[in-house]
Amino acid sequence: MTDIIRLTAAQTAEKIASGELTAVEVTEAHLARIEAVDEKVHAFLHVDREGALKQARAVDAKRAAGEPLGPLAGVPLAMKDIFTTEGVPTTVGSKILEGWIPPYDATVTKRLKAADVVILGKTNMDEFAMGSSTENSAYGPTGNPWDLTRIPGGSGGGSAAALASYQAPLAIGTDTGGSIRQPAAVTATVGVKPTYGGVSRYGMVAFSSSLDQGGPCARTVLDAALLHEVMAGHDPLDSTSVDAPVPPVVEAARNGSVAGLRVGVVQEFGGEGYQAGVVQRFNESVELLRDLGAEIVEISCPSFTYALAAYYLIAPSECSSNLARFDAMRYGLRVGDDGTKSAEEVTALTRDAGFGPEVKRRIMLGTYALSSGYYDAYYGSAQKVRTLITRDFEKAFESVDVIVSPTTPTTAFPIGERADDPMAMYLADLCTIPANLAGNAAMSLPCGLAPEDGLPVGLQIIAPALKDDRLYRVGAAVEAAFVKKWGHPLLEEAPQL
Amino acid sequence: MPGITREEVAHLGKLARLELSAEELDHFAGQLDDIIGAVARVSEVAGEDVPPTSHPLPLTNVMRPDDVRPSLTSEQALSGAPAQEQQRFKVPQILGED
Amino acid sequence: MTVTELLSYEDALESYDPVMGLEVHVELGTRTKMFCGCSTELGADPNSQTCPTCLGLPGALPVVNAIGVESAIKIGLALNCDIAQWCRFARKNYFYPDMPKNFQTSQYDEPIAYNGYLDVQLEDGEVFRVQIERAHMEEDTGKSLHVGGATGRIHGASHSLLDYNRAGIPLIEIVTKPIEGAGARAPEVAKAYVAELRELIKALGVSEARMEQGQMRCDVNLSLRPHGREKFGTRSETKNVNSLRSVERAARFEIQRHAAVLSSGGTILQETRHFHEEDGSTTSGRIKEEAEDYRYFPEPDLVPVAPARDWVEELRAGLPELPRLRRKRLQESWGIADHEMQSVLNAGALDLILATIDEGADAAAARKWWMGELARHANESGAELADVPITPAQVARVAALVSAGDLNDKLARQVIEGVLAGEGDPDQVVDKRGLKVVSDDGALGAAVDEAIASNAAIADKIRGGNLAAAGALIGAVMKLTRGQADAKRVRELVLEKLGVQG
Ligand SMILES: [Mg+2]
Ligand SMILES: [Zn+2]
Repeated sequence: MTDIIRLTAAQTAEKIASGELTAVEVTEAHLARIEAVDEKVHAFLHVDREGALKQARAVDAKRAAGEPLGPLAGVPLAMKDIFTTEGVPTTVGSKILEGWIPPYDATVTKRLKAADVVILGKTNMDEFAMGSSTENSAYGPTGNPWDLTRIPGGSGGGSAAALASYQAPLAIGTDTGGSIRQPAAVTATVGVKPTYGGVSRYGMVAFSSSLDQGGPCARTVLDAALLHEVMAGHDPLDSTSVDAPVPPVVEAARNGSVAGLRVGVVQEFGGEGYQAGVVQRFNESVELLRDLGAEIVEISCPSFTYALAAYYLIAPSECSSNLARFDAMRYGLRVGDDGTKSAEEVTALTRDAGFGPEVKRRIMLGTYALSSGYYDAYYGSAQKVRTLITRDFEKAFESVDVIVSPTTPTTAFPIGERADDPMAMYLADLCTIPANLAGNAAMSLPCGLAPEDGLPVGLQIIAPALKDDRLYRVGAAVEAAFVKKWGHPLLEEAPQL
Repeated sequence: MPGITREEVAHLGKLARLELSAEELDHFAGQLDDIIGAVARVSEVAGEDVPPTSHPLPLTNVMRPDDVRPSLTSEQALSGAPAQEQQRFKVPQILGED
Repeated sequence: MTVTELLSYEDALESYDPVMGLEVHVELGTRTKMFCGCSTELGADPNSQTCPTCLGLPGALPVVNAIGVESAIKIGLALNCDIAQWCRFARKNYFYPDMPKNFQTSQYDEPIAYNGYLDVQLEDGEVFRVQIERAHMEEDTGKSLHVGGATGRIHGASHSLLDYNRAGIPLIEIVTKPIEGAGARAPEVAKAYVAELRELIKALGVSEARMEQGQMRCDVNLSLRPHGREKFGTRSETKNVNSLRSVERAARFEIQRHAAVLSSGGTILQETRHFHEEDGSTTSGRIKEEAEDYRYFPEPDLVPVAPARDWVEELRAGLPELPRLRRKRLQESWGIADHEMQSVLNAGALDLILATIDEGADAAAARKWWMGELARHANESGAELADVPITPAQVARVAALVSAGDLNDKLARQVIEGVLAGEGDPDQVVDKRGLKVVSDDGALGAAVDEAIASNAAIADKIRGGNLAAAGALIGAVMKLTRGQADAKRVRELVLEKLGVQG
C-alpha cells in the first residue's frame, strides 16, 4: 500500500481525483502522522482535526457528485499561524493573542478553502514572524527534523518542519526577510517568496507591511508551483496587490530548463561568515547550472552590503506601528485590569507581559528610528538604501535572467546558540533580505548536505519582480538534475523520526 | 556613534507603551546600542539625490468604489473583547485627553 | 472651575496683535468609511458598522474610498489650492483607546491639496482673505462613553465604553496659514471663515457639515504679540469648538486671557484648552512640554495617490458656484441692501428662501415669511430656522394664497401658525379654521355701513376729501370681520358709500 504521507502534493491530488485515495484517507494519514511525531517536532500550534476532516469529507462528496475539483483538492496543508482563520485560533506565535479566534478568514485562507485544500492546522513560528529560528515563539521552539536539537529556521520553522517530517505535503509561510526561504534551506525543502504584491496580505498579521509576502512551501518545485497558483492573484482588499495575471508558474515547473539562460552570481554574497560546506555546495550548484547549459555571469551589487542594516531599520519601524494595535482594548491578552489602573497602564503592562524580548527589541528599535530627530538618519536613509538595492537589481537583470546565491550563510545552528545575540541571529538573513527590500521573487531549494555537519544547504534563485515563473523553470531543472545525481530527493536522507 | 542610554530606552518604552522592568531597561540599552551602532551605516551611502523607496512596487491610485459592504455583526466585532458592556468594548478609565 | 483673569477686549487689542490658526475637520458624507466598506449611516447600534479593517483586527488592510479622494480634491479646488501630483498617506502614531490601530491614517508632508485661500465677507461687507495651508485626508476615531463619573466626562469615570461605528469615517482636515492683520476683528474673521467654509462644503455636496452633529469641528489656535513685533507669541490650541458662535467666543476669550497673562508679566503655556459652551470660557487641557512625537512615516499598506490632471480639471469644471459669489448674485437680483442680506445669512434662511422660490413663491414673499414670522418663531422656540416645522413648499403655498387674494397677511399668519401647530397643510388649515378673505359685497356692505354709522366724525372727514382718514374706517371693518375682509375691497366700498372718488 502507498505510504500516503510521502507522496507529493501533485501525486496525492492525482490519486484523489482518480479515486485511488479519498481525501478523508489522506487527511487521516496525516493526522495520524502528526499524532505520532509532532510531540517531538512541535511544528503545530493548533491542529484542527475536525475542520480538516470536514473539509476532506466535502471534497470526497464533491468528487462523488461529479463536481469539478481544484488541482489540489483534498491535499492537506499546514498553515503558518500568521493567517487569520475564521473560528480557528490564530496566535502569531505570541502570548498577546493567546486564545484569539478571528471572526474572519484571510484571503489566502479563503482561496485555499475554495480550492478544496484541507487545512490541517496552524504552525509554529517566531513571534510575529520576528526571528530566524522559531525560538522566539511564545509556545516553545520547533525542532529541525534533521536534528531535533537544531533550529528549523524561522520565522516559518513550523511550516518547514511539518514538511520535512512528512506531517503535511504543503505548507504556507510568510517571508519578510527570508522567513520562507531560510527555513526551507535548513530543512531541505522548497520555499518561495513570490513577487511583493503577488499574494494577498489581507488577513496575514502584519510584521513589516512593505516587506511581508506570503508564499508556498513544499517538498518539490512542482508542488510549490501548484500551491503558488492557488494562493496568488489580485485581491481588491489589499491595495498593494498586483492587478495582473499570476505568472505561469505551474507550466514553468513542468518544463524546467536553464539552457541558454544567463545566471548571475553576485560577488557580494560570500566571504567572511559563510560556512565552508555551504560555499562548496553553492559552487557545485553553479557548476551544475553551467553543465545544464546556463551562462554564468559574475555581477556586482555593491549596495547589497547595506541591505541587512536597511532591513533592520525598515522592518522594526513598520512593526513598531503595526503592533501598536495590540493594546488590550479590543482583543487578545489583558493584564493588570484590577479596577484601579488606567487604560494606559493596562496597555503598557499587557504589552510588557504579552510580547517576547525580540518583539520588544524591534518595537523599540523602530520607535527610535522613526523618532523626530532620528528619522532622516535612520528610517529615511534606510529607504534610500532600498532604492539603491532596487537599482542594483535592475542593473543586474539587464545582463542576467536570474541570480543565484546560497540561501543562508550557514546550516541549521543549535537551538539556544544565538538566542540572546540578536546581531548573530540577524546574519542568517544576509542573502535573503535584498529580494524583500526590492520586492523581487525568490526561491530556495535543496542543493546538498554540508560535508562538515551533514545538514542541508539551500540554493537561492532570485528573479525580477513579476517573473516568478523563472524561479520555477530554473528550480525544476536544478531539482531534476540533483535528484538524478543523488538518486533520490535529498529529504530522504533525513533521519527517521 | 549614537550611544543609546538607559533613559532613552525608558523614553522609547513610554512612546511604545511598554512597561519595562529595570532589568529590561539595562538589557535593552546595551543591545539597542549595538544594533543601532551596526545599522547606522545606512546613512553613509544615502546621498541627497537618492529618492527614498516606501513601496517596493510603483503602484498608484488603488481605490475602491464607495459601495457598502457587509460589516461584522456586533457579536463578531465584540467576540474577542477582554470585557464588554452595553454592546461596547469596556476599557479601563482613560487618563489622557484629546 | 477656576476663575480666569481676563483683560478687557479693548485693552487687549490696544497692546497686542492677535494671530490665529484655524484647523477644521470635516466628516465627509460618503456612503462608506475611508478605508473600508462599512456604512457611515448615523444612529446604528453600537459596533454594528465595523469590520476587521476599521476595528484594527490583526491582518486587516485598508483600501482607499475613491469618493473620499474625489471630495478632498473638490474641497482643495474650491479653496483655490494646488492639487498634489503625487502624494501619500502617512501613519500618525499615538496610543488612544478610541483609535483601533493606535495610529491614525492621515497625511503628513504630502497633503493632497495645499497653498490656497478662501475669501470671507465680514458683516460690514469687507472681504478678508484667509490663506489656506493645506487640506488633507484622514479618518475619524471611535466614540467613548465615560461611565461612573458624575458628569459623563472623562475625569472621575471608572471605565469607558467604546463604539467604533465612527472609527474610519473620512475626514478632511483643513488648516489655515497664520491669520494675521485681522486685529480686533480676529474673532469675527474666525467665525466668518468657519461659516464660509461650511457653506462651501455644503455647496460642494461633500458633507452636510452640521456642526451640532460633529460633522464639522474646529480647533482655534491663538497667540498674541505686541504691536510691531513680527515673531509669533506662544499659542494655545482650543479644541472642539463646535458652533459658529463658539468659534467667535473662543477666539475672543483667548485674546482676553492671553492679554491678561502677558500684561501681568506672565508667560503663555503651549497647551490645549477646552471650550465651555455655558460661559464661553476655556480651561487648561494638556500641557505640551515637548512636541508630540507622532513618528509619521508613509503608510506602507496604501499606495500613493496621483490624481490624473484631466480628472482634476474635470472636477474643477464641475465645481458649483462659490457661495460668496452666489450670495452676491442673489443679493443683486433681489435688490436688497448688504445688511438685509447679512441678516438672511445670519438667520440661516438663504437656502430656505431659495427652496421656497423654487416652489413658486416670489423672492420678496419668500424672504418676508422666512425672515419675519418664521424667524421670530425660531427665535422664540430656540430652534434653528431650518428645524421649524414648516416646509418651503408650505410657505410657498401660503404666499400663493396671499397673491391670489384668498388670504391677507393677517390670515396668512394664522395659517402659518396652524401649520406650525401641526394642523396640516396650509389649505387644510384654511379649511379647518375657516380662514377666507370676505370679499362678498353683501356681507362687507353691512359691515361698512355699521362702521360708518359708528364713526360719523371720521366719515365726515373722508367726505370732506381727507382720504387718509379712510384707514381708520377700514380698520374698523376689519375688526368687525375678525380680519377676514379683503382690505382692498373694503376701501372701495367705503369710498363708494361716502361718494368720494378714490
Ligand atoms: Mg488631523
Ligand atoms: Zn469597516
